[in-house]
Amino acid sequence: MSPSRVVIVGAGQGGLQAAISLRQSGFDGAITLIGAEPGLPYQRPPLSKAYLLDGKAEALTLRPESFFESKQVAYLPDTRVLEIDRQAQEVHLDGPGEARRMGYDHLVLATGTRNLRPPIDGLEHACDLRTLADAARLREALAAPRRIAVIGGGFIGLEFAAVARKLGHDVSVMEAAPRLMARAVSPAMSRHFEAWHRAQGVALHLGRAAIGVDAGGVSLDDGARVEADFVLLAAGVRPNTELAEAAGLETENGVCVNAQLLSSDPAISALGDCASFPDPRSGAMVRLESVQAATDHARLIAARIAKGACPDYAAVPWFWSDQGDQKLQIAGFAGPGATEEVVADGLVARFDAGGLAAVETVNNARAHMKARRLLAPGGSADLAALKEAIAA
Amino acid sequence: MIRVTYVAHDGAETVIEAEEGTSVMQAAVSNDVDGIVGECGGSMMCATCHCYVDEAWEAKTGQRSDDEDEMLEGAASEVTGRSRLSCQIKLDPSLDGLVVHLPEEQL
Repeated sequence: MSPSRVVIVGAGQGGLQAAISLRQSGFDGAITLIGAEPGLPYQRPPLSKAYLLDGKAEALTLRPESFFESKQVAYLPDTRVLEIDRQAQEVHLDGPGEARRMGYDHLVLATGTRNLRPPIDGLEHACDLRTLADAARLREALAAPRRIAVIGGGFIGLEFAAVARKLGHDVSVMEAAPRLMARAVSPAMSRHFEAWHRAQGVALHLGRAAIGVDAGGVSLDDGARVEADFVLLAAGVRPNTELAEAAGLETENGVCVNAQLLSSDPAISALGDCASFPDPRSGAMVRLESVQAATDHARLIAARIAKGACPDYAAVPWFWSDQGDQKLQIAGFAGPGATEEVVADGLVARFDAGGLAAVETVNNARAHMKARRLLAPGGSADLAALKEAIAA
Repeated sequence: MIRVTYVAHDGAETVIEAEEGTSVMQAAVSNDVDGIVGECGGSMMCATCHCYVDEAWEAKTGQRSDDEDEMLEGAASEVTGRSRLSCQIKLDPSLDGLVVHLPEEQL
């Protein structure tokens, strides 16, 4: 019997997609979408890119108010889930009005991540970039000329740095790892972006950890000092797994789910940034922070709930990052220990024991799309196959 | 305001009005038009806002760019000479009355 009440915890792009896909799959039971933030669900990726430049908050809204009426999705903004009672199949809510309980037949955890706050003194002097409210604050900060320090050389920090530099600010980026975006891209691609950011005039401090922030700037672990009137903390995220842990679900770097995206409780699924799932290619447990994973997970979960069964998760991961005029696209996912081969300028292939694992491209949509197809499940591609596909 | 008609794969028409400067993708999503996904939000990183420009409007919407062409390779439905990524068509007064047809699938 298919469940008649689905409750989705988290109203980011993945949580909303679960609601959209449930209706598209013909699910006619009750859907409740619970979000901690006020307002309608919105896209986060532009917050570190286009929104900082154009300030168009309305363009970020994922679906209009009318969607929730016409599709009969009960949306509860500004509402937190305090506890999951698995025995009673209820969530305890705290939001506008009084605290209450809500029953579920199936629960979808789409709780996402929150910003990591490393042990750095004086972090109250640093701003975060996660929510629309954060981004609005950053936009204000960018209105007047400033010296800006960014703690963290990952996607978010570098996207922000590129925007700030374009607007004419003095920008410094400090990254504790010896290279940029070390978790996400190959050393060769790190070097490409290191050279590009330096050419824009961004001061990069690699292999240097920030140890203190104050009103005048940032202190580094080698004793150096970066003077700044504005500091952004962009040191990565951690998955929001507290609810799942407190409820006794299996968690490790996220809520653990199987290839059907079910947690250790068959009445609870998890998706997107908060879920640790088996990579379809390698079988290794991975947690991806991307729109693609969030929405593809959501579609599978919705189909499974609506139809009672579905094939195992098999989507090819893809990622993007816009840094100035450098459009980075990644097809596939390479774990630690992958080897790399620079195929051409701005085109790097990464390999593991199973062959081609990921392809990174800059301003090369064509190669990116070819790679996505090459990496589709069931195949095992090598360098020759990649070169052939790109040449075709 | 600029009027746009979306013709679904089954022939159902939805007419909406959007502000100048909005993309055909944004206008669809913010008016809750089924059949346009726009997963990447208009960054030309996915191919889920695929549409076919009506013959009568082809000249006015212009040609697709090389990058757009490459991304369309990943579209779920057949790509024709009139295929566009709707995030790349920005509405201006010359497009008032625009008609686009939607593919059967976007994913």
